Amino acid sequence: MIAALKKKETFQKYLKSLRFALYCTTHPLDGFWDLTHEKRGTYAAANTILILTLLIRVMKLRYTSFIFMTVYWEDINIFLYIASIAFPLAMFVVGNWGLTTLFDGKGRLGQVYMASCYALTPYPLMQFPLMIFSNFVTVDEAEFYSALSAISLVWAALLFVAAMGQIHEFNMGKNILFIFASLFAMLVIVFILLLFFSMISQGIAYFISLAKEIMFRL
Amino acid sequence: MKRIIRTIGALALGAVVLAAPSMSASAMERSYTYNYDYWGDVQDSPDFYTVTKVYTAPDFGLDLNFSSPEGMFIRDNMIYICDTGNNRIVQIERTGTEQFEVVRIFDTMQGNTDVKNISGPTDIYVSEEGDIYICDKGNARIVKMDSNLNYILQFDLPVDSTVSAESTFQPSKLVVDTAGRVYCIATSINQGLCKYESDGTFSGFVGATPVTYDWMDYIWKKFATQEQRQRMVSFVPTAYDNIYMDQEGFIYACAGGQDEADLDSGAADAVRKLNLMGSDILVQNGEYPVYGDLYWGEGGGYEGPSYFTDVTVLDNDIYICLDKNRGRCFGYDDQGKTVFCFGGNGNMDGYFRRPTAIDHMGHDLMVLDSLDCSITLFTPTEFGELVYQAIEQFDAGDYNASGDSWRDVMELDGNYDLAYIGIGRSLLRQEEYHEAMDYFELKYDDENYSKAYKQYRKEWVEDHIVVIVIVILVLFLVPLSIGRIKRIRHEIDIADIFRV
Repeated sequence: MIAALKKKETFQKYLKSLRFALYCTTHPLDGFWDLTHEKRGTYAAANTILILTLLIRVMKLRYTSFIFMTVYWEDINIFLYIASIAFPLAMFVVGNWGLTTLFDGKGRLGQVYMASCYALTPYPLMQFPLMIFSNFVTVDEAEFYSALSAISLVWAALLFVAAMGQIHEFNMGKNILFIFASLFAMLVIVFILLLFFSMISQGIAYFISLAKEIMFRL
Repeated sequence: MKRIIRTIGALALGAVVLAAPSMSASAMERSYTYNYDYWGDVQDSPDFYTVTKVYTAPDFGLDLNFSSPEGMFIRDNMIYICDTGNNRIVQIERTGTEQFEVVRIFDTMQGNTDVKNISGPTDIYVSEEGDIYICDKGNARIVKMDSNLNYILQFDLPVDSTVSAESTFQPSKLVVDTAGRVYCIATSINQGLCKYESDGTFSGFVGATPVTYDWMDYIWKKFATQEQRQRMVSFVPTAYDNIYMDQEGFIYACAGGQDEADLDSGAADAVRKLNLMGSDILVQNGEYPVYGDLYWGEGGGYEGPSYFTDVTVLDNDIYICLDKNRGRCFGYDDQGKTVFCFGGNGNMDGYFRRPTAIDHMGHDLMVLDSLDCSITLFTPTEFGELVYQAIEQFDAGDYNASGDSWRDVMELDGNYDLAYIGIGRSLLRQEEYHEAMDYFELKYDDENYSKAYKQYRKEWVEDHIVVIVIVILVLFLVPLSIGRIKRIRHEIDIADIFRV
């Protein structure tokens, strides 16, 4: 592992795969096909894009002009804020993979994750310059910001759809169907998680009360 | 093993994430006067008004105590109180800061009318010429008399196709404009204000509140039978509770008892400022609508939104609404931003039991409590006077002085949003744009910030135009010239004449 890090080729491959994310944003169908089938993407690049996305989302809180974003700092929980992107993403990846493996999906769990992260590229790519740009506009020019910001999200969403289709080798109709099915799977996951947490807490409470009772009797 | 540790770690993180938002703030003792900041948080504030004294009838030297008084009117130094339960009007003159003298008490009039007594007067208006208008509710009329109590004319039930001729006219509140036109609120008439010409003829309804309804109710109604429909709440405009005419002749009308959802969605207004056409021109540029308290939870036995029972407008365009529900006064500036909130229900001085009317004398406020049968006189504190001074100086165009006054206000209350915005606005007028931006940013005033920033940006570009041009030129010329040099080199390299 450490030996691999010392090699120059490792970095070259990393940078190349990171640069490939840019190619994916403009050539989604071709790009996401090559991502897994030609092994042009790496997990390192996918993680980098995800971390950049989360980082920029947090930075936006502080550095976006208050014209577009007023933050009630007392209520901000930075972990919860990060989880609000990371947690749904993880659920989607797991849910999507779980469903598509049952229905001829070719993508593996890791590939779904990698493609999802690559599809996020427009967010850091556009939101970071927008964040700086927001400090140089007035309310009259706010429309530019809002429009560009919306474009970055729509772009990412389109890439997402394209990525899922190419990874699983689905046609358009099936792809859309399974994206919606994955959203439903996310709900199921949330439900099971809630059930799990409440069961665990009930179980722990039972043993605590048992211990208390025993200590009381002794 | 490693996998188990990782799983436990993930679960623990999940538990932390899920448990985090359940932290709650503890309740605190609040100050008498408070304010809402940008976020809608209650901010304690120094007192804006203090109680000078609470006056009951014996304090004025009257033998008979007030009995559920409902109306009060103040012109200059004269206070007119409608002592509804005793069927009389009490006229009191304020001769000093705390000195009051009863001028006269009257319950009858002379002249050409069959009914000479006043019965259950609910409101009174006195014109600048001294003509007295009284809502004589018990006698189903509005009566106009001159200053010597001689009957002049009366205003009766509106003659209109929407008003049943058999119904009783129950005028409850009135105002009169400079031309002698009478605008009145009458119980059981919800078409708006009844407007009468100066000669006593009814000339129409003005300023009805827009009818609000829920679309769910609407669909239900479509399917309901005739009997069911009759039992349902009908979609009618809310009747006004009180009116006040400001010095420019605009009528401020308040309507309490609005539906919570309508107030929240902005479909209903607690206060309206009516122009001559009867349309609402109240400016609501504040972060929150003009409806008093922002939080309507049950507390101390009171729930629901503020119920505005009266409104008064100071000469500096600050209007003060009186909330019957929680016994509070809410001051708003001409932009609809909260200036102060104070009061409460109770028996102490400065608290009310059933406040019904509010009026002002200069900057002083007088609140009439119909259950307590008392009048509470409020005078502004140093803080209140400074705020008024700052607002008046700004309106007069004295921006430097206004900025200084706002700075003094900020010294007294650092949580007062209006002070920051006031300082910013005065700096904006003094063309200190960059400093103004800081103040606006602190209190999230994006409109004013943009105004300041636009000017600042313009100035900055004008100052740095040379640098900007040079930077742009460099950005364009350097790559261009590099390309050119490369090409020339290339041509030289491949040129035949240099071949040996």
